[in-house]
Amino acid sequence: MWSEINRYRRVFLTFAQNSLVRDMTFRTNFVIECLSSLGWTLMNVGFYLIIFEHTNSIGADSGWDREKFFLFLATTWFINSLVQAFFMPNAEEFSELIRTGGLDFALLKPIDTQFLISFRRVSWSSLANFGAGLVIAVVSLWQLATREIDPYVPSAMSFVLYVLFCGCGVAIMYSLMICLSATSIWLGRNQTLYNFWFYITNFSRYPMEIYNRGWGQPLYGLFTFVIPVLVVVNVPARLIARPVEPRGDSEWWLVGWALVATVLSVLASRWVFRTALGSYRSASS
Amino acid sequence: MSTIPVSQPTTSHHAPIGVMGRLRIWKMIFATAFSERLVYRGDFALGTLMRFLPIITQIFLWWAIFDSIAQSGVISQEDAPGGASESVTIGGYGFREMVAYYLLTMIARAFSSMPGLASGIALQIREGEIKRYMIQPIDLIGFLLLNRVAHKCAYYAVAIAPFALVFYLCRDYFVDGFPPTHLFLCFLASLIMGFLIGFFLEAAIGMIGFWFLEVSSLLFLYMLFSFFLSGHMFPLPLLPDWIEPFVNFLPLKYLAYFPAAVFLGKIPEDELPMEMAIQAAWLVFFIVVCRFAYSRGVARYSGYGG
Repeated sequence: MWSEINRYRRVFLTFAQNSLVRDMTFRTNFVIECLSSLGWTLMNVGFYLIIFEHTNSIGADSGWDREKFFLFLATTWFINSLVQAFFMPNAEEFSELIRTGGLDFALLKPIDTQFLISFRRVSWSSLANFGAGLVIAVVSLWQLATREIDPYVPSAMSFVLYVLFCGCGVAIMYSLMICLSATSIWLGRNQTLYNFWFYITNFSRYPMEIYNRGWGQPLYGLFTFVIPVLVVVNVPARLIARPVEPRGDSEWWLVGWALVATVLSVLASRWVFRTALGSYRSASS
Repeated sequence: MSTIPVSQPTTSHHAPIGVMGRLRIWKMIFATAFSERLVYRGDFALGTLMRFLPIITQIFLWWAIFDSIAQSGVISQEDAPGGASESVTIGGYGFREMVAYYLLTMIARAFSSMPGLASGIALQIREGEIKRYMIQPIDLIGFLLLNRVAHKCAYYAVAIAPFALVFYLCRDYFVDGFPPTHLFLCFLASLIMGFLIGFFLEAAIGMIGFWFLEVSSLLFLYMLFSFFLSGHMFPLPLLPDWIEPFVNFLPLKYLAYFPAAVFLGKIPEDELPMEMAIQAAWLVFFIVVCRFAYSRGVARYSGYGG
């Protein structure tokens, strides 16, 4: 068992190293990619700063004031940058492998196919946004701790839970992405994968309370329980932005659901992946 | 190292084809590009409908923001309590108008966005395909413009159904209903000029490919700025007072903000003719820049092999 895990670890490290070598071959391109994703971050920060020029919080009585919302934003940035660094390039390549028949070679390798497909490439430049997320998080934690009204310092417990649930968020996003890209086995071509991904995860970028009203309630239910993208950012962000105790039952219930949803979506993605492989017919070779 | 002599179609030594001949050529280019586009109409319609999904998150985001402003009762200096239909406005926009604004910028972007234009021109320069336009009696910019018009027409033919559906569903957000005729005509004119400004601006960026072979990073920078400063992300009056004048001076606002603001009646009537004239002036400016860059670029260009 341990030797098996060790073997996968070594394979992954080799993949990561190869990708780094590859990225460093085109160094200027790498720097430009980093800078352009930072540009996108700056634009978003600017947008929310403008919003908070006009309002004190997002949602009445929701507690998402400026500092806390920027913590939320940092969480979004952490999770998205991890997904983009580790899984996005692989999911895109997977669709391509299916179309060209290159998947044959992946199937032949003496290693779990889902592992091989999911971790082959690491896009190191996407981690620039992880750094940007860190800066946003540190600045907003500092401002949150030193502000005059209602200052707050998260406890060590908060940080531990935060890291754990950020991991859960990444796992849910990964599962969703694998499911989406596995559908290209049936559809043949999946050009709109990236778009669809963007539109779905767009919902996860704001506090979930804002959907829980009027005609948003079906959406709230759908994206919490069926496609659980709303818990991805919301659960860790709430854990860091508010004290662990005291909390209502409904809060703990949501945290528990995030754990269950993570396990369920990883299992579901595994099942979808295997079923999809079952209907794979090689392209040409 | 010899550059290929350029034959301008208008001054070419071939037998003149006349007005009718030119019209026939234009019609042919248009028809080809139009039918080429309609091949993927199913994908098109679905893609257009999906593009409205982010509007849903925008609606809920602004709903929450306007709620918290109304509840806290704290309204920053420039944001006044609104009239009867809207309880709070920020930057002159109430909640419903804000949603209407986002919907209208979708229309404006459907006119002014030019996916793949600049990168396509740069690619043609890099791969040497541009030679074609120097030896055939077809003008590159005119050809691309006709192509783009055809693509846009094909797009509207298909996209009108999803657009109509979404606007019908969202009709309540248009508080003032349909604008008066003269405003609507101005709206149409600003859309068409927005299309042309978008075209010549991006074509001019593509022409930079004559000097630098790789323009993709420059293009990304332009896209970032245009997303933020064209008003696609938020209405420009929300900007802090010290930035707004600069942004208003830029031509980017005509790509999204301006047509939407005209439709919603946010441009004061007495300033409207002047604003339209400024937009037209920007259009002329970019036509000249684009033509100039092309002629200088062609003079610089060296074609090898073939």
